[in-house]
Amino acid sequence: MADRATGNRGDRGAGRFEIGRLVRWDVVVAALLIVVFFGGAGLSSDFGNADNISFALGDLSEIALIALPMTLLVVCGQVDLSVASVLGLSSALVGRLWDAGMAIETIIPLVLAVGLVCGLVNGLLVTRLGLPSLAVTIGTMTLYRGLAYVVLGTEAVSRFPQQYADLTVTNVPGTPIPYPMALFAVLALATAVVLHATGVGRALFAIGAQEEAAYFAGIRVKRLKLILFALSGLVAAFAGVVYTLRYGSARADNGLGLELTVIAAVLLGGVDFDGGRGTLGGVLAGVLLIGVMRNLLMLNDVANEIQSIVTGLLLVVSVLTPRVIAVVREARARGAAGRAAAKAAT
Amino acid sequence: MSAPARTAPPALALVDVSKSFGAVRALQGVTIELHAGEVHALAGENGAGKSTVVKTFAGVHRPDSGEVRVDGRPVTFHGPADAQAAGVAVIYQEPTLFPDLSVAENIFMGRQPRTRFGRIDRRAMHAEAARLFERLGVALDPQQPARGLSIADQQVVEIAKAISREARVLIMDEPTAALTGQEVARLFAVTRTLRDQGCAVLFISHRLEEIFAICQRVTTLRDGTYVGTEDVADLTPDDLVQRMVGREVAALYPKQHVEPGEVALKVSRLTREGVFTDVSFEVRRGEIVALAGLVGAGRSEVARAIFGVDRWDAGSVEVNGRRLPPASPTAAMAAGLALVPEDRRQQGLVMDMSIERNMGLTQLRRLRRLTGRGPLISRRVERDRAADWALRLQLKYARLSDAVGVLSGGNQQKVVLAKWLATEPSVLIVDEPTRGIDVGTKAEVHRLLSELAAEDLAILMISSDLPEVLGMADRVLVMHEGRLTAEIPRAEATEETVMAAATGRDGTVGEAA
Repeated sequence: MADRATGNRGDRGAGRFEIGRLVRWDVVVAALLIVVFFGGAGLSSDFGNADNISFALGDLSEIALIALPMTLLVVCGQVDLSVASVLGLSSALVGRLWDAGMAIETIIPLVLAVGLVCGLVNGLLVTRLGLPSLAVTIGTMTLYRGLAYVVLGTEAVSRFPQQYADLTVTNVPGTPIPYPMALFAVLALATAVVLHATGVGRALFAIGAQEEAAYFAGIRVKRLKLILFALSGLVAAFAGVVYTLRYGSARADNGLGLELTVIAAVLLGGVDFDGGRGTLGGVLAGVLLIGVMRNLLMLNDVANEIQSIVTGLLLVVSVLTPRVIAVVREARARGAAGRAAAKAAT
Repeated sequence: MSAPARTAPPALALVDVSKSFGAVRALQGVTIELHAGEVHALAGENGAGKSTVVKTFAGVHRPDSGEVRVDGRPVTFHGPADAQAAGVAVIYQEPTLFPDLSVAENIFMGRQPRTRFGRIDRRAMHAEAARLFERLGVALDPQQPARGLSIADQQVVEIAKAISREARVLIMDEPTAALTGQEVARLFAVTRTLRDQGCAVLFISHRLEEIFAICQRVTTLRDGTYVGTEDVADLTPDDLVQRMVGREVAALYPKQHVEPGEVALKVSRLTREGVFTDVSFEVRRGEIVALAGLVGAGRSEVARAIFGVDRWDAGSVEVNGRRLPPASPTAAMAAGLALVPEDRRQQGLVMDMSIERNMGLTQLRRLRRLTGRGPLISRRVERDRAADWALRLQLKYARLSDAVGVLSGGNQQKVVLAKWLATEPSVLIVDEPTRGIDVGTKAEVHRLLSELAAEDLAILMISSDLPEVLGMADRVLVMHEGRLTAEIPRAEATEETVMAAATGRDGTVGEAA
């Protein structure tokens, strides 16, 4: 994976032209996004119009929002598989409380608090007990989904007033961007700044690449991880609210399997599943690429199964390609490494 | 080259070998002859081409020009299997055995003796392994699983494997780096046995005293070129260093006397159950205090506890009169403590990260404060600071944005030092600061430590390198089995007094040599 996304390497030495360094995975994905977008526009006349773009973007809301904390987690070598279940639990709670006559203004903070607690539980299990996050969140994924069924059973609550649904699908005036995605844009910018321009971001890359060395450097590894898991739970719960209002339907099984799409988007964006490498720009491109593909397949009436096959293939290719590139490059670079060593020794 | 008259051709030799990787000339006209019945040292700094020689002997690399000769006949090794078939065996610093198999199974992997019915004959295998150990003069149980063997024992198993394959040439690539004094002594005994039985041994070590203890001849490389082959008996350590470095190295241990100032680090009755007990000492400003002892005596563990990486169960640590909370590296750093850890690759550096970012990792807040841009880090400030430190420590690098992983061991260690010195500590703990780094860089590190002490830093130095301890320390603390057993002032510190305290014995022990 020698030169997969290079977010943690940032600005390269100036004035040197090396083709290998120009081919960054996140740039490849961004280029692919542009190609697919214009290809799609040529293929289908419905694709390029503002209504469809607005719809396609809105359809991405939950995936995009959850992908932000997920990116931070994966960069620091962790993963949260429970996000879709937290989304479902949040949705079920919204339905149950609304049914009980509570005002939506009261429900939202309550549900967000529950999401935060879910995230904290994940974080505490990982940091206090030293369990791998993959194992912990596989467990809580089932646990939280189970709780969602306890809250709402298999029924659906769908008597939400239109004004709330409108809030999640209305565009920002003058743009084809629905409000949740506008919020995503703001949060994405904030996340990018944190990840790439602050000490916290540096610390996350260090933890993901070499946790022990980060700890020895005085970085509060456990605290950072805990905060990220809490954040992940919080955002997943918020995504649950958006999902519920957008579809006007609260169900315990809402967002089933969504966590895999989110992780697919993050990995497609060039974040290394082993941690330590990735850029938020790449993830942004990955999320949008998945959105565009889904939309195109839908417009062309491709069956759901095929859609899932395409997403899966995209993911496999995104994980494989950088490794293949790395192997080829390593073979070529062996000489260069020797050169550097010889230089260092003189 | 006053080699004694030899009638037989060398068992294994490189003759005028050159090898390039891309544009790098790794070896240039190197000749080295290993005779049966000799232990031959290969000396040179990091990057001098020692590994390329080893890999050429082992059949991993093929020379671009020149010859590999076995018993005087030119041969071509197409791969490690060919070298093995010719009787060449390589013993690495850290052997790779199958942990769940027994010692005997490891030795005979793939060549197990069979019974008449084609099943593995365990009895014959165990007996054969026992005979090999007897021949080597070591006590190891062939039926024991490899898991849990010390590195020294694992090396012995590797050697036994080599002998059982009738290896005639044994290449030992830094075999002693991870061994204690006693284990080194045993390895040397085994090596001498093999030599006397007619093996040729190529021995590589950064510790000069070992070369003088066990080798008859030494071939020196510098920057991939052949410097010469000489009888060890005709050389002094200084001669050898000069051949390796190509210039006179300033005295290796230049510690100047500094009048000690106030107490900077005070450790009182520090205890971690089952690891170390009741450890108390002080380090004053301007002082270098060495913490000596055998590997496993608990020295690194004390350092880790002081710095807050591990918990302690009882006792206290004060830095400049302020008591540290337990188990918080962040608090320790804030109080002015810095730790250059033992394991550079795991603990000291993030190998994939760039040089500048590794240096910045300990001072994320500082980089922020300097920029005056709120929480944002300025890459320019980060780079400028890294460049300053690189200059001060004479770091050799291509670009500050290169991953530290591409640097040589010595230069990596400089990055670790830089990253900690940049925090402007008042107490610096260095754990094995020169392990595995070449002589030239070693001298630079020693000079740096001495300068830092002169600048009023309090330094606690853990080292298994006795000459380093004796040369650098104002005082030597010695640990044995988790307890502090001696405090020896510079004037009284000798190999004998330190080793006596380290082994918990009164008599003198000269094991390392």
